[in-house]
Amino acid sequence: MAANPMYQFNVYRIGPEIKINNIDISFTNASLFMVISSLAILIIFNLGTKRSIIPNKIQLLAELSYSFISKMISDTAGSKAKPYFSFIFSLFMFVLFCNMFGMIPYSFTVTSHIIVTFVLAAFIFIGVTIIGFIKHGLGYLKLFVPSGVPMVLLPLIVVIEIISYLSRPISLSVRLFANMMAGHTMMKVFGGFVVSLGIVGGWLPLGFSVALTGLEILVAFLQAYVFAILTCIYLNDALNLHH
Amino acid sequence: MLKKIIFQFLALSLIFTYSAQSAESGGMPQLNPEFWISQIFWLVLTFGLLFIILSKFILPKISNNLETRKSQILENIETADKQREETEKKVKEFDKIINDTKVEAKNFFNSERQKVLDDINNKRLSLEKDIEKEIIKAEEEIDQLKKTSQEKVTKIAIETSSDLVKQLIGEDINKSSLSAIVEDLSKKEMEKQNGI
Repeated sequence: MAANPMYQFNVYRIGPEIKINNIDISFTNASLFMVISSLAILIIFNLGTKRSIIPNKIQLLAELSYSFISKMISDTAGSKAKPYFSFIFSLFMFVLFCNMFGMIPYSFTVTSHIIVTFVLAAFIFIGVTIIGFIKHGLGYLKLFVPSGVPMVLLPLIVVIEIISYLSRPISLSVRLFANMMAGHTMMKVFGGFVVSLGIVGGWLPLGFSVALTGLEILVAFLQAYVFAILTCIYLNDALNLHH
Repeated sequence: MLKKIIFQFLALSLIFTYSAQSAESGGMPQLNPEFWISQIFWLVLTFGLLFIILSKFILPKISNNLETRKSQILENIETADKQREETEKKVKEFDKIINDTKVEAKNFFNSERQKVLDDINNKRLSLEKDIEKEIIKAEEEIDQLKKTSQEKVTKIAIETSSDLVKQLIGEDINKSSLSAIVEDLSKKEMEKQNGI
């Protein structure tokens, strides 16, 4: 059973079954890794709040991440996005830590589940849409009418814009989910090759596996970054109506 | 050997993927909605708590730290600038003092030299005057001596000539005529000497 590369994505209950109004909200391995990631973030960043002029390593890490994300937000969404800093920071750190904890062998990757990424993306989509309507009223609908387009093309363009806007949560969630799932499946497959080919032929897939691990760590960071920066871009659309 | 290994590898991988696909007939666990609600619930709970704790407690502290560090660095730079300016001022003052002292020393040296030179000049002038006086005195004495010596010489000449004449002739000759002759001769001699 462990040879099945999809087995690693199985969700199973840890502890007793918890039900509220016949809805199953039991604590699972996915919940466990969400809790572990959140606790790790809180512990690391809480250690990084020491008040010293010359920072130690953890403080430096916390402050560098803070300025990194702060710079990312101000670069993509401008100064108006400052109130949403905490949310984007939490989002980036949560996705990053979930991805990174997934890189530990025999652990579980929370972000490799479409439902988790979709809930995050849908929340961002709904939130950004609400912010856009609050900031610009019905003028936010101008987002679907780009300026400088010939009248003949306008109906087509508007339809395309609306479709692309509505597909944002899907593209955002599927991008992260598919990247994580594909990478982990591939690593599992190559790991299986190492075992099945044994000491004679196993070296080649082992090398592949090692290289893939490096690549996957890069992807784990990159996808968290992409997730956060796309959120910033959507937020930018809602805050500064360019069209 | 290598060919055999590669062939074996390909064959095994084919078999493996086939068996993996057959074992995974249940499809992706991600699409099994059994634990969807649980995952959503725990995601909202953990992410919500993470967001609240980060935004309320941790991030303000970090931003505060960064701000204080920034302001402290700016302050330090300011004080450093101030101190540098002060040092520059002090260095300028120091240079000025040194220059002033140099000028003063030069002036003092010059004035002292002038004084010494003047002193030397005065002394030399007075000395020259004294020497001139002495020279004039000496010249006068010499002139007097010359005059007196001539008179004496003529007297002696007259006396000796009268004595000579007396011894030669045995008669006294008029002294005035003798003196006239002697004077005439000496004058001629003098003129001869002077002429040469």
